[in-house]
Amino acid sequence: MAIIDPRHAAKQLIYERVFRAATLCAALLVLLILGGVAVSLLRGAWPAVSHFGFSFVTREIWNPVTDEYGALAPIYGTVVTSVIAMLLAVPAGFGIALFLTELCPPLLKRPIGVAVELLAAVPSIIFGIWGLFVLAPMLQRHTQPWLIEHVGSLSFVGGLFKGPPFGIGILTAGAVLAIMVLPFIAATLRDVFDTVPPMLKESGYGLGATTWEVMWNVVVPHSRVGIVGGIMLGLGRALGETMAVTFVIGNAHRISSSLLAPGTTISSAIANEFTEAVGDLYTSSLIALGLLLFLITFTVIAAAQAMLRRLERRGGSVA
Amino acid sequence: MKRRGLRKFKNILFLVLSLVATMTGLVCLAAILWTLLSRGLAGMSWHMFTQMTPPPGSQGGLLNAIYGSAVMTLLGILIGSPIGVLAGTYLAEYGRKSHLSTIIRFINDVLLSAPSIIIGLFVYEIVVVRMGHFSAIAGALALAILAIPVTLRTTEDMLNLVPTGMKDSSAALGAYPWRTMLSVLYPAARSGIVTGLLLAIARISGETAPLLFTALNNQFWSQNLNAPMANLPVVIFQFALSPYKDWQNLAWAGALIITVTILVLSISARVILAMMQTSRGSGR
Repeated sequence: MAIIDPRHAAKQLIYERVFRAATLCAALLVLLILGGVAVSLLRGAWPAVSHFGFSFVTREIWNPVTDEYGALAPIYGTVVTSVIAMLLAVPAGFGIALFLTELCPPLLKRPIGVAVELLAAVPSIIFGIWGLFVLAPMLQRHTQPWLIEHVGSLSFVGGLFKGPPFGIGILTAGAVLAIMVLPFIAATLRDVFDTVPPMLKESGYGLGATTWEVMWNVVVPHSRVGIVGGIMLGLGRALGETMAVTFVIGNAHRISSSLLAPGTTISSAIANEFTEAVGDLYTSSLIALGLLLFLITFTVIAAAQAMLRRLERRGGSVA
Repeated sequence: MKRRGLRKFKNILFLVLSLVATMTGLVCLAAILWTLLSRGLAGMSWHMFTQMTPPPGSQGGLLNAIYGSAVMTLLGILIGSPIGVLAGTYLAEYGRKSHLSTIIRFINDVLLSAPSIIIGLFVYEIVVVRMGHFSAIAGALALAILAIPVTLRTTEDMLNLVPTGMKDSSAALGAYPWRTMLSVLYPAARSGIVTGLLLAIARISGETAPLLFTALNNQFWSQNLNAPMANLPVVIFQFALSPYKDWQNLAWAGALIITVTILVLSISARVILAMMQTSRGSGR
């Protein structure tokens, strides 16, 4: 007959409570971090917000000499570079995911999938340095002159491709971002497509549908929520990406009608100017930019996660 | 008949397009790796690992930057991963289905893809401003915050993979959950949790933006955690944007070192995971 030592049992109970409290504290810390980020950004941004008011987000001016700051140019740059990135990366990512789920010979499926995932693990500074030394000169020498000559003369979209080919600028930043988020979007879309039950696809094939028809009429409608979620997750990345953009954007606080001109984004403005900012209002304006970025990306990522969760609840699981 | 031809044509068109997209993606990967290898290897020499970052125009290496990166990454993991593992334990064990866990899980996934520059600003506000100067410890804290979501996520996933039978047997022997956790669940999920740690190291060792205004940079050898410390990403950033040829070469060499490190870490994480799956698949 085993006898339980009451002191031993009491000690066990104390350990249990301590361990449980420790895990709970660690879990609560995650909430605390997010809350802390929001509060500290608000506090840091307060001088600028109270000084400029709402005009902070509507003015293009950014002048450290006269201490006047407006966030319109960085907001414009952030949105436009991300839109360019998504226009290039979403169709390509969709193609790669389609290739991996439907076309790829089983032998190549894993190596290509792993290659795509590894590309997603390469840090953004590598894309930045590559964009600066390889992609920008290439675009400057070949792509941009062509765009200026052929597209720039058109009446409607021509204005977007005017001016000298700088190499660096909004368009190049968008292109580097596209290459950066491409593996990410491709991997997410592949996981989303994999959640479609094979039975559904086989029913489509059984009715005589072609691969593309099964894709477009069965797989895409079935995983619509996941696709939008995956794309928005990629968008969240593109909006907040710092280093890859900072190298090739040109850092000019102005809004140009041409995509070939240099510009700035929220994150690259912070990365470039923060350590050199003198004066409270300057620093505070940069933190206010950070607050804006936080609000924008938080909304986009939260919406994306909510969508991916809806898909998960319906059956499949998406990493 | 005509309709069928059209359908077939459309099918082939889109399949070819998807093939082109895949090829483009792979070519981009190859191009980046090729440039990295050729320009990085051109600048690579033993000086990289034995000398400090030089002033422009003279010879030097990246020793202080490599040391700083290693120290801050290690500190970041040492601070961040226990928190991540404990929080993951809470989600997988104690608060499995509570509302709090649902919220924490959601917030964690948001943090996982939040822009790292925001974390840098946060640490600047709460540490650098308070202390009055940039420091390695601030950089390590920023990296720790980035490591938490990765380790939390993998820990929870891996603990959930452990068969419930093992947990139940331990409970039937009268063990409290903490004892079950330490003696049964952690050992069973060990390789999975290690994978999470490797992924977290891979994630934070290439981060630049959060270090820009926390650890800053230091041209000299410094072991003082309370002072600015050199680190590879920021050195690459500064040297690549400089007009000096020898600085640019050092930047490429640094870029190669970082990428190789991260690829090795990610690949070993994958190998560990694959080994785990085969050993489980063969009916352990």
